[in-house]
Amino acid sequence: MKNIIRTIMLGLVSLTWASAAPSVGQSMPKLSGMLPGAAIPNTAGKVVLVDFWASWCGPCKASFPSLNRLHQRYAGKGLVIVGIGVDEDPAKYQAFLAKQKVAFALAHDVKHKAAAFFAPSTMPSSYLVDRKGIIRYIHTGFKGAKTEAEYAKQIEELLAK
Amino acid sequence: MKLLSRTLLCASTLLLCNCAEQLVRVQPYERGNLAGPLMSQERDPLQKAMTEHAYFSREASFGGGGVGGGGCGCN
Repeated sequence: MKNIIRTIMLGLVSLTWASAAPSVGQSMPKLSGMLPGAAIPNTAGKVVLVDFWASWCGPCKASFPSLNRLHQRYAGKGLVIVGIGVDEDPAKYQAFLAKQKVAFALAHDVKHKAAAFFAPSTMPSSYLVDRKGIIRYIHTGFKGAKTEAEYAKQIEELLAK
Repeated sequence: MKLLSRTLLCASTLLLCNCAEQLVRVQPYERGNLAGPLMSQERDPLQKAMTEHAYFSREASFGGGGVGGGGCGCN
């Protein structure tokens, strides 16, 4: 009887833990596993910025020029930016991208596999990963030049390591 | 008996905690439909202006008739 109770309790506790979203200090999982068919660039030994966005999200749209600038400034030094679109409608995803000039890598998480794993608390949300594959910073929302300056500072810090 | 009741209490607490986590509304990345212009409460600017005008004329108050942001949870 005691063993059964213990098993049930362990199961419930593990359920609680299983629902936890990735946090700072955790390893970044392989994106290619969650986004089959997406052209994810090689991120080994690179600083990676994973950004969740959607075509219906105003701040996400506003963040694209900043991400382009960061890509132009730091891609040569070892930064990889991966923008993960979470639109349910592929036509809206494509239509949005047709209007944007995007220099960095993109992937469409049409089945919300990656989004469900990362469970971003708001849109956009981004995860800054160091060269060893550890999540170092999590950004929620986009506040224009302030967020861009924070990105630049943190990226430079991680590239220097 | 005491052990069983305590276990049941703990199990139901944990189960409810899990339910709360799993049943959390619409996730931020699933709010595409909520963010659509059709979901806005103020679709007609003229009607909104007239309603607000009637409101502040009647109530002798101005402003405070809305909340910031739409349904997308972006701000």
